[in-house]
Parts: sequence; structure tokens; C-alpha cells
Amino acid sequence: MNNENDILEELANREYEFGFVTDIDMDVAPLGLSEDTVRYISEKKNEPSWLLDWRMKAYQAFLKEPLPTWQNFTLPDIDFQAASYYAAPRQQAKYQSLDEVDPELLATFAKLGIPLSEQKVLAGVAVDVIFDSVSVATTYKKQLADLGIIFCSLGEAVQEHPELVSKYLGSVVPHSDNIFAALNAGVFSDGSFVYIPKGVRCPMELSTYFRINAENNGQFERTLIIADENSYVSYLEGCTAPKRDTNQLHAAVVELIALEGAEIKYSTVQNWYPGDKEGKGGIYNFVTKRGICKGAHSKISWTQVETGSAITWKYPSVILQGDYSTGEFYSVAVTAGKQIADTGTKMHHIGRETKSRIISKGISAGQGNNSYRGLVQIGSKANYARNFTQCDSLLIGDQCGAHTFPYIESRNATAKVEHEATTSKIGEDQLFYLNQRGIDTEKAVALIINGYAKEVLNQLPMEFAVEAQKLLSITLEGSVG
Amino acid sequence: MLSIRNLHAEVEEKKILKGINLQVNAGEVHAIMGPNGSGKSSLASVLSGRDSYRVTNGQVLLDGKDLLDMSPEVRAREGVFLAFQYPVEIPGVSNINFLKTAVSEIRAHRGLPPLEAREFLRLSKERQALVEFDAGLVNRSLNEGFSGGEKKRNEIFQLAMLEPRLAILDETDSGLDIDALRIVSGAVNKLRSADNAFIIITHYQRLLEYIVPDFVHVLYDGRIVRSGTKELALELEEKGYDWLKETMQENATAQQIVI
Repeated sequence: MNNENDILEELANREYEFGFVTDIDMDVAPLGLSEDTVRYISEKKNEPSWLLDWRMKAYQAFLKEPLPTWQNFTLPDIDFQAASYYAAPRQQAKYQSLDEVDPELLATFAKLGIPLSEQKVLAGVAVDVIFDSVSVATTYKKQLADLGIIFCSLGEAVQEHPELVSKYLGSVVPHSDNIFAALNAGVFSDGSFVYIPKGVRCPMELSTYFRINAENNGQFERTLIIADENSYVSYLEGCTAPKRDTNQLHAAVVELIALEGAEIKYSTVQNWYPGDKEGKGGIYNFVTKRGICKGAHSKISWTQVETGSAITWKYPSVILQGDYSTGEFYSVAVTAGKQIADTGTKMHHIGRETKSRIISKGISAGQGNNSYRGLVQIGSKANYARNFTQCDSLLIGDQCGAHTFPYIESRNATAKVEHEATTSKIGEDQLFYLNQRGIDTEKAVALIINGYAKEVLNQLPMEFAVEAQKLLSITLEGSVG
Repeated sequence: MLSIRNLHAEVEEKKILKGINLQVNAGEVHAIMGPNGSGKSSLASVLSGRDSYRVTNGQVLLDGKDLLDMSPEVRAREGVFLAFQYPVEIPGVSNINFLKTAVSEIRAHRGLPPLEAREFLRLSKERQALVEFDAGLVNRSLNEGFSGGEKKRNEIFQLAMLEPRLAILDETDSGLDIDALRIVSGAVNKLRSADNAFIIITHYQRLLEYIVPDFVHVLYDGRIVRSGTKELALELEEKGYDWLKETMQENATAQQIVI
């Protein structure tokens, strides 16, 4: 009963709840990656030539870009030719209403707890759903349009708002940023697009739900959010995938642009399939997320709860260009089984009196390995810039690992940078104390974990916070016993 | 209610309890005294099911059920409450949420639904008042940053909320100033009833001036060597534990002669 080995065993045996496959008629690109693949996708999406050119440049960059070597894990061999770079439910390109959507698809999302019929959608959350490569449904579109808010798939935005897309696409994460971002720029199939006009406060949470279904399919979605002057938006992202024996690559790119006085809050609950107990299968989640506080007094806040994926590799960052702008990063990353997470953030202070705040909570169980990697960079003009970083690690069992790699570079003597870090273990004493009050070990662990992660969970919108709490409990089910 | 028969236990191969016999009935308050290292806190740990202790012999029945067979959380749900000598801190877990979970678990064990939020709040307010517990501490993280005295008083607040059949107070008086001691004992006296029982473990007689026990037992070297009423505590206070040790040795010598 006491022993942590039991924990580990149980933990390894936990089941992934969303591992089912939907049997649906799909349009799938042939396996492999070449200029033809890029052309195929661009053609399928009926894209203008400027976009195809951009994709081609990115593809060339991808070919030249080496795989990174600085990460705190051994990068598995990735055979880029073994995947298909485009998969879409066959049934027609665009739905006029949800009635036209394949019922099988609707059933899938219902199973995932995301009913798409607008009446049933959680009050006040507009949802865009990406199934494999394409956006299948966007809810509440009309209500948002009345406010001038654009919320649609990126593919649709390319057709209908080309001036916005061409202006901002690749402006924060350039096509050659890193090998995975370059790959994404070359072959991205769809994603979400958001534009909030000047002075508009988006009245509901905007949400995208990503689902990988097809086998051998990589998912390369791209999200672009633009908050015009003095606007506000809160955006949520959730994801799941079926259980597969092979690893699937998810290389997404997210770009956020906050103009003067604007605020973007971006929340992620990531629950991709983590692989089985031997570490077989699972998603490689190699994501580039970056936002720019372009205007003065703007703010970008990233919140992430990372519980899934075989490997998570992402550093949601903020470029603090506007004076008095603020960047925030709140993260809970859990690794159980044989999961690996190398995650953190970068805060580039460029403007004066820019502020950033980093709260990172790592939880390692089983044989999981959790690394926090962060960069706080203060430029020479960032007078009186301030950063506060708190980086905590919680260990469960004796076979897991927690690492921190904080980098601080300051070129300005007036800047103030603070860094705090702690490492703790769930104590037998804590568990016994809760047991003695009638609370079983499972619930006790959930209580302790949620307490530990509270500062981050509090940042999430209500519906998501509840989901995230449940997810944490499920992920760590049987982790101490 | 509780019947302990010939209880032997060890920790890390070291024999700690060497044959404890004790009968506690509903409505009774038993004080257990003894010098440091005599096994007082070990007895509390064994009764509440702490992992590091191994029972090697004997039996403990709670209302006729085999207590030693139950996991710590089931013992708690069956009504065993331990007020810890050193309550732990659990950062981020609010005191009140923790209590709500505990109350719900215990109620579920008795086949009762969780209390409505309002009802729970009412109960919490009422018990706070009863044990004079600072409302400011109720919403704080569990014991985090509490002073020693505040932690002990939180134990008593939890006791009041969970309404156990059998409450074991493990040196709750240690580290309390005289005012806190008065408040804590006042609370215990209010919570005493014909349906519950208390085992009060203490090193000093001082606490027993406030909580008058029905029985006093003296634990020495893993055994109860004397039992009596509250006068025994006074005698012990007056003559000290050395007196006890001497009499024990005399007894041992006497036994040898008999043999």
C-alpha cells in the first residue's frame, strides 16, 4: 500500500480515454513529402499564388534546416516521408449548416464531449473544430460577425480576408523559424483565424478543438489571431487523438498579434495520446507558439495544461515590443508513463517598462521526464523591464525526472529579473494526513496536485479549469498508492 | 466501543508496543501518559493505521469490527479521528475544500449524500464558533504558514466538523500557550458526548486540569503499567516518571524472586 512502485505500475496501466478511431470517408494525400505534396495541398485548398510561393519558400527552408540538438531528450528518428500531409473528411468542402456534417463526425465530437449543435454548445463558447487537417465546424459565427469579429478556419480566411492573412501570416513565426515551423508553413492544412476589430471586447470564449483521426497523418494546423487596438479576446484550444502504435507528428504554429492596448489570452489543454505503457505510439507534439505585443500597453497571456503526448516540445513566447506591454506564461506540464516534456517560454523584452511573469509547474510521475526551459531576454532599450519567474517541480515516485534550464540575458542595467524555483515530492505524511480524514489515496493525490497547480488552473476560463482538473486526476490516476 | 487486546507492534524491526490491553466505552475519556519513548504516539499511529508500523500480535476491535484490517481512510470513515502531534502543511489546498471532501467521503461511507453547499457552510460556521477557530484560517491553504498553535486548533476544528466516534488527541497540548490550551480543552469538553469517546495522549498533567478524564493509564516501555482515575495523573505529576521507573524495576526484581 505504501509503496511507490505500486503507484508506478498502476500509473503505467492507466487508460487513455479518447483513443477511439472514427470510421469515416477520407480524402488522404499519398504518403510522402515533396514539392508536389505542397502543391497538392495548396491546390486542394484553392489558394492564391502568393500563398503557394510562401509555402514553397518554407519547404525549401525545411530542407536546409537541421534537426535541433539542444533539447533534453533524444530526438527520435522522424521519417518525414512515411506520413501523409493531408487528410480531410471527404464529404464536401464546406458546410452550410451542421445538418450537412457527416453524422459519424458529429458523433465523434459528442463522444469527446464537444457537441457541435449550437444550442448545446457550452453557453458562451464559440467552437471551431479541426478534424485531421480541416476545419469542420465553427459555431456562433453569425453572432460574432455582428460585432465585426472574424472567427473562421484559416483556409476560409485566406479566401475571404486575404489582406489580413497576407499581412500577418508568418509575421511572428517566420517560414524559416525552425525546422518544424518551416514544415508547418510548407504543408499546413488548416487552422483557426481570429480577428478582433478595434475597441471590441469579444463577448465569448473562442475555442478550437483539434482531433487527429487518420492513421499516418501528421497534423499541421496553423492559428493566427489578431487583436486590433484596444480589443480583447480569450481563446481556448483542446486536443485529442486515437491510440495508434506508431508515432504521429503534430507540428503546429500559433501566431498572436496584439496591437496597441489589446489583450489576448490563449489557453491550451493538451491531451494528445501519450503512447502506451511501454512508450509505444503517441503524439510528437512539436509546436511553435509565439505572440507579439506590437503596440504599447498590450498584453499576451499563455496558459497551458499539458497532460498528453509522448513528447511535448513547445515554448509559447512573447515578443514585448510595445512599451509598457505585458507577457505572461502559466504552465502545468505532467509527464507520466514514459512521457517527455521539454517546455517553457521565452520573453523578449524590447520596449521600455515591459513586464513578464512566468509560472511553471512541472509534475513528473512514472518514468516521465519533465524539463522547464526558459529564456528571459532584456534588450538594451528595455528600460525598467521586469520579469518574475517561478518554476516548481513536483516528483511522484523515484523513477521520474525534473530539470530546469532557465536562461537570463540582460543588456539593460535598470531591468529587474527574479527567479524562484522549488522541487518537492508528494510526502507520505501528506497522504497519510488526508487518508486519516477519510480521503482515499487517489483523491488525496488529486487534491494535492490541484493545490499545487492552482495558480495556473486559476488562469483558465471556468469550463476549461474543470476539465483540466479532471484531466490532471485521470493522468495521474493510481500514481501514488 | 474500542477494545485493544494484547497489541504488539514494531517499527523498523524495533518492538514498540509490547502487549497493550485497553477497553474504551462510549462516553469515556481516557488519558494516556508516560515518559518520552514509552510508545504513546506509536499507539496513536497504530490505531490510525500509519504505514511504517507493523502489528505483530493482538487485536483491535471498533464496535466489534476488526480495525487493523481496515485501510487508514476506512478507519477514518468508521469514526476514528487522530489529532496529529505534527499536522502537515498542504500548499494550495484550501482548508475548507479539504474539509468538504473529507465530510463528503465520511458521509458517503454512511450512505449519505454530500451536504448542500449552504448546509456545509452553516455547519462550518457553527463549528468554528464552537471551537473558537479563526474564520481567516478557514479559507487559507491547509496549515500552510499556520503557527504551531493554529495548527493544533485546526485539528480541533476538523474534529468538530467530522464528529468521530473515537478521537485520539496526540499531544495536542504540546506547544500551546495557556490561552490556547484553555480554548482547545473547552472545545473538547463541548464535543464530549455519551456517543463518542476520547483518548488523550499527553506528557503533562496540565491538560487534564481542563479535560477531566474518566481513566488515566500510564504507558511505559510499550505496556500499560498503571491504570487509575485522575488522581493517578496527579501522583505522577508529583513524583515524576522516575518514580515510575523505579517501581517498575522493583516489580521486575520482585518477579524474578518469585520465579
